[in-house]
Amino acid sequence: MFRDLTYRYKIPIRGTLLILITATAVASALIYRAAEDLRDDVITSAEGMSRVLARTLVPPLRRDDVWTAYEIVTSPLKSGPVSPQAIFPETILVLDDQQRVFVTTEPRRFPLLRPLSMAGAPYPELQKIAAGMTGDGHALETDAAGRMHMLTPIVSDGIVIGTLVVTYPGDVFEPRFASFAARAAMITLLVLAILVPVSWYWGVRMAQPLVQLAHCLGKIGPNIPADLSCSLVESKDELGRVSVQFQRMLGELKEKQALERQMIAAERLAAIGRLSAGIAHEINNPLGGMLNAINTYRRYGTLDDMAEKTVSLLERGVLQIRDTVSALLVEARTERRPLTPADLEDVRMLVGPALQKKSARLDWENHLEEEVALSSTLVRQVVINLLLNAAHAVPVEGVVRLCAVIEAGCFSAEICNDGEAIAGERIRRLFEPFVTDRPDGTGLGLWVSYQIAQQLGGDIRVNSEPGCTCFTVTLPVTP
Amino acid sequence: MPPIFRFTRVLLVALSLLFSGSALSQEAPAPLSIGITPVFLDDQLSLLRDWARYLTPRLGRPVEFVQRGSYREIVDLTVSGKLDFAWICGFPYVTAGERLRLLTVPVYQGRPEYRAYLIVPSDDHTTAGLSDLYDKVFAFSDPDSNSGALVIRYQLLQMKKRPEEHFRKTFYTGAHRKVVEAVAAGLADGGAVDGYVWDTLARIEPDLTVRTRVVQASSPYGFPPFVAGPSVEQSDLQRLQTVLIAMGEDEEGRRLLTRMNLDGFTRGERALYDDIERMGRAVAAGH
Repeated sequence: MFRDLTYRYKIPIRGTLLILITATAVASALIYRAAEDLRDDVITSAEGMSRVLARTLVPPLRRDDVWTAYEIVTSPLKSGPVSPQAIFPETILVLDDQQRVFVTTEPRRFPLLRPLSMAGAPYPELQKIAAGMTGDGHALETDAAGRMHMLTPIVSDGIVIGTLVVTYPGDVFEPRFASFAARAAMITLLVLAILVPVSWYWGVRMAQPLVQLAHCLGKIGPNIPADLSCSLVESKDELGRVSVQFQRMLGELKEKQALERQMIAAERLAAIGRLSAGIAHEINNPLGGMLNAINTYRRYGTLDDMAEKTVSLLERGVLQIRDTVSALLVEARTERRPLTPADLEDVRMLVGPALQKKSARLDWENHLEEEVALSSTLVRQVVINLLLNAAHAVPVEGVVRLCAVIEAGCFSAEICNDGEAIAGERIRRLFEPFVTDRPDGTGLGLWVSYQIAQQLGGDIRVNSEPGCTCFTVTLPVTP
Repeated sequence: MPPIFRFTRVLLVALSLLFSGSALSQEAPAPLSIGITPVFLDDQLSLLRDWARYLTPRLGRPVEFVQRGSYREIVDLTVSGKLDFAWICGFPYVTAGERLRLLTVPVYQGRPEYRAYLIVPSDDHTTAGLSDLYDKVFAFSDPDSNSGALVIRYQLLQMKKRPEEHFRKTFYTGAHRKVVEAVAAGLADGGAVDGYVWDTLARIEPDLTVRTRVVQASSPYGFPPFVAGPSVEQSDLQRLQTVLIAMGEDEEGRRLLTRMNLDGFTRGERALYDDIERMGRAVAAGH
């Protein structure tokens, strides 16, 4: 249960628990210490009062002056407790030298001149202690009810003439202890009220990077989402290092996945290419024969109207099959006329009308300066294809851009437009044959361009973002 | 204090002593001292202060109330002339004989008389008289008090008993009020108290008297009188007598009398105290 809890709560809960334990331990130790001190204080103050009373009681006891003695013993009770903390006796008894009641604050319970033992438990016991008292010291007795009896001898000239018995209620300590404990609890709560939110805040802060990391890792399935972005803390501590490593791994993983996807696409395109080329070859041979047969039949046969119509139908059908097949069968014909800067300028002129239809602007950057050892026809075909596509995708009054350069032994042409981005699903099948989003398109333009680039040992890449879609064709120049 | 000042002070005191009774004393007449005993509620210090303020201008001399621990001390001081006047119990007055002159007698409930009460704690519902208090603890007020001691002694004498035989324990509280307190607290099982004091307490401190019960009220005796010491001039005696008797005639005096729970003062006669004198003799003889 606790194990499954998020660190966002686990760390603060642990921190709080630790604070609670510490606060309780410290408070308990203090309360225990205070209780000890309190007991000592109470006993010391009781002793002090008993000593003063015993000394004051000597003259009335010697003169048998009951009333004065009564006034003396009732005075501590009459004055009332000085403070709630002050100890306050319940009963004060004065015994004469035969342990009979001489005077008391509670004459109804302890009749005068009667032996103390008549009052019942625990007084017989106290009477025995009083009888055994010598001149010095005092006795402290706690009875079954928890009451505390302090016995002090009343001494005159070294002779014990009586005994003072001061009785404190059983709950002498409890109220004081309770008030102290309440105060300690208040302070502890106050400290907790400050520390717990602080620890909670720290805990949450500490858990934050971990939670983010876990959240980020959770988003990675078999595929890495393209829009995965993790804002992780970068610091020198363990978590920071983990974050940095994770980011690096994620980057590598993304790269690897992109590479794989590209490879798969290239392989598929190659397979389709091989398949279509094979089929085309196989179809082309009988097609040639069929066309020859039609020609021969037309030239030498006598055709009535019906036959003429049928042959024409067949011829048109076979020619269409040939066109389609030859379109699929892209063959970089070996034409040796090299590409010149002027070839690209021609292309600019050719696509002009298509762009004008959209009132689009053409940014033209032709950095070619001399002849390039590439088939001018094929390059022109590819560039026209890409430019016409761009002209189609560009919004009204948009911009189409071409940038052609020779770079590191490669011819590179980048054709961009500022139209909408190509959807992720479509972009993967973009270079396959018969893939189109135009009702009037054949879906063969990019296929052909790709096949040409492949056959020339080059490549076409696409990068599409909203407002900027770029096709880059790269062709190695063989001198 | 530097020694020179101390010396000067000693010199001044010596000089004032030397000229006392001559010019100095005429400028500030010697105060009239009145000894008081707990025959009334003498612990009301504000009453004493107001009474002194009342008497001083009417006598033309400052008045000073003097309190002591027992009746005997006040009586001794008055007899020996250290005090001019005293408000004492009828018993020491008759005992002192000719040495004390009767000044005035307070009037209580229309008569110069009062009664002695026998009281017990209010939770004692059975005691009906002294005989029921056998083997009990008994509180007297003052050995020289009529109502607080003599009356009980005399009654016991009638029963052919002495207090120490009849009671388990007796003690003196020194004042009537304290007898009431002792009985109310249960320290004593019975007590002898001045009826006037108990009645007054019942009026001003009913919480205390409600815890006691009056079992017996004695026959009336002469109210504790104001007496004059042997050395008091007859003119001083007459002046104080006149002022006290006239107290009921002005507003301020009446207010003081109300606070004392008295009707006024009268000249009184020695014969009022004949009963007390007779009891005193009997008790003394019985011992």
